[in-house]
Amino acid sequence: MEKKLNKRKGSQSLEFTNPPVILSTACVVGKKEGEGPLGAYFDQIEEDPMFGGKTWEDAESKMMFRTANLALKKAKLESKNIRYLVGGDLLGQLIATSFGVESLEIPLIGVYGACSTMGESLAVASVLVDGGYADRAMAITSSHFAGAEKQFRFPLAYGNQRPLAATWTVTGSGAVILGDETNTVLYSGHKVHVRAVTFGKIVDYGVKDSMNMGACMAPAASSVIAAHLRDFNLIPAYYDKIVTGDLGSVGKDILIDLMRQEGYDISKNHMDCGIEIYDPEVQDTHSGGSGCGCSAATLCGYLMNHLKEGKWKRILFVPTGALLSPVSFNEGQSVPGIAHAVVLEAV
Amino acid sequence: MEKDLKKVTAAQVSQETESEKKKALYNQYVGQMTPKHSWFKNLCRAWLIGGLICVLGQALTNLFISQDMQKDQAAAYTTICLILLAIIFTGFGWYQRLAKFAGAGSVVPITGFANSVAAPAIEFKKEGQVFGIGCKIFNIAGPVILYGIFSSWLLGVIYWIWTLFQ
Repeated sequence: MEKKLNKRKGSQSLEFTNPPVILSTACVVGKKEGEGPLGAYFDQIEEDPMFGGKTWEDAESKMMFRTANLALKKAKLESKNIRYLVGGDLLGQLIATSFGVESLEIPLIGVYGACSTMGESLAVASVLVDGGYADRAMAITSSHFAGAEKQFRFPLAYGNQRPLAATWTVTGSGAVILGDETNTVLYSGHKVHVRAVTFGKIVDYGVKDSMNMGACMAPAASSVIAAHLRDFNLIPAYYDKIVTGDLGSVGKDILIDLMRQEGYDISKNHMDCGIEIYDPEVQDTHSGGSGCGCSAATLCGYLMNHLKEGKWKRILFVPTGALLSPVSFNEGQSVPGIAHAVVLEAV
Repeated sequence: MEKDLKKVTAAQVSQETESEKKKALYNQYVGQMTPKHSWFKNLCRAWLIGGLICVLGQALTNLFISQDMQKDQAAAYTTICLILLAIIFTGFGWYQRLAKFAGAGSVVPITGFANSVAAPAIEFKKEGQVFGIGCKIFNIAGPVILYGIFSSWLLGVIYWIWTLFQ
């Protein structure tokens, strides 16, 4: 029983006593992401925006299916070896996930955390593995530019000007397979573990601008990072990088400012997947990338690469989500934010 | 209000304990942190492209009049031609690029209206002829049509009342 109590840390964190190890990661992205600065780190770049499907939603499902299979292949596993799948996406009722993974026949825990979904699914999967409820579990998510535009904004061919604070939804999917200590790790380099998790609260500072998601999410990111550092009694420099999901350049400035108010300076080691994934000048993406696929593909490609190769020892991965609903938005509600922090460590 | 006079800092936002005030301060702070399109540049671009669309319309009208058309008829044909052009542009994904540059210059003319009808039609075609195109074609243009008709009716009523007193 003593072990059980030890897992709880501070007010909202948990520390794994049997840290799950990452057995494999896979990421599949679209053409635009492949042309971006992180292009070389992605496993597959698909030129066809439809991914061989008939609709945007179908395209996203196909992309997710391909990512899941790639992750299995890299770990030399079959879908029956995975006990639980934790996943979600941006589309209503998680249709990209349900149609994407149905043929894998893995018991599914569907989660929704907007663009923070990778953090949420990774955290839940880690809890399952650490607790001994699963020997292997997969965390997966995806987003597709066209599907997201259609659902949340305007039809693709509609002519309008995007504000400078707007972000560009990443077409991409990322999958992580976690396992307990009985598994063998096939990749070379350092083994990457999930050490701890801090689940975030919904933080709403009353921003009603759906084209400025960075500003909606920055307070949530600041809240969870500060809570994490307090719960574990750490300073920001403990991490080689504190990596947020998709705050973009506007959200990044706000986060650093808000963190200073909490008494932490993260300006030196903060990084944002949304800023890294595109070149704003050449690719005309304005504030940066966004969407579930943004942090997921960056984690499974770029971040994992740096951890495996020992360039970083420890990172705090903080995918951020703006809980935007076209219904509540039209009804005059603000866009609340959420973020979850996951500690990844290379050993 | 006093707070409008000077810039809001993150410190002010985090120190504010009352939820509604905090939200107001944060929104003001976000406004300061968010870059905006230059309105002057947008104004010039809108004037240029909007003007060019009108020049094209005038050229078409002149062409039709030179073909012995009445002015009314020429105007109708001009409108049809501009709408057709805008829909073709939308289909090829060019109108979107034009709008990115031109802003209101491409939204205000009839071509913008055509684009706002054609774009949902293309997007929602996959959801079927009835529930896709049928229900969603006026997704964006719907309010313009509704309130356009409503305001012309209202003005008609006002005009009618006015004529009673003549």
